[in-house]
Amino acid sequence: MMNQGLKWMVLLGFAGLMGWGMWGLPDRGDLDAPMNEKTTITGTPTPAAHYIEHAYKEAKTPNIVTVVLGDYRSIDTLGEVLVVFTAGLILILLLTNRRKISALDGGDS
Amino acid sequence: MKRSFESPITLLGARALAPFIMMFGLYVIFHGHYSPGGGFQGGALLAASVLLMRVASGSKTSSLILSNAVTTPMGVVGVLIYFGTGLLAMFLGGSNFLDYEGLPIPGMSPYYLRYTGILIIEVGVGLAVMAALVLIYDKMADGEVSQ
Repeated sequence: MMNQGLKWMVLLGFAGLMGWGMWGLPDRGDLDAPMNEKTTITGTPTPAAHYIEHAYKEAKTPNIVTVVLGDYRSIDTLGEVLVVFTAGLILILLLTNRRKISALDGGDS
Repeated sequence: MKRSFESPITLLGARALAPFIMMFGLYVIFHGHYSPGGGFQGGALLAASVLLMRVASGSKTSSLILSNAVTTPMGVVGVLIYFGTGLLAMFLGGSNFLDYEGLPIPGMSPYYLRYTGILIIEVGVGLAVMAALVLIYDKMADGEVSQ
């Protein structure tokens, strides 16, 4: 009983903490947010500001995520599709011959 | 294996829901330019609508919607749409691989060529993801029935 009460208190505490933290998030595409600065504090250039400034002009698409996935990083997305497709092919190999193999082993299929 | 009978209530519920899920999947794919979504999410929703009918009505009825033999070619077509778009832009347009500026569609500015290119590859992604998910279920269900 004590444990249950403690568990719920911890869960609700974390839920409240995350909900409170959500109010502090910057707006979508906010160029002044620290994560969207053109360079990091060590001076490394980052692409985020370029995407936000140019995504609509270059692809006429309001959804920046779609432009990044489909255009700027399209070879990465091609790799993802190939991974999904390869997983499907490997599952064919794994699952198709199940009956034949168990018959060869003399198992009761 | 014990023979199972189809429940008319489940079948009716699935028949009522599946078209709407399929419609929403198409919306998520084709509206991915303006709202959250895209090929992966829309493909998963399309697969969900097919799998709902598979689970509710058995493989005989549901193969009228999407035949078992079609799924593997559909995945291949999805990947080839993506790859072919890239190659088309590279060879016919003279640009880089997957740079949609080179797509051979007349009368379009480079910006709208990119817009169209993204749409085409999203359709390819959706087909591949849907085919892979349905295929996994089909293969598992085949093993189950043959025992």
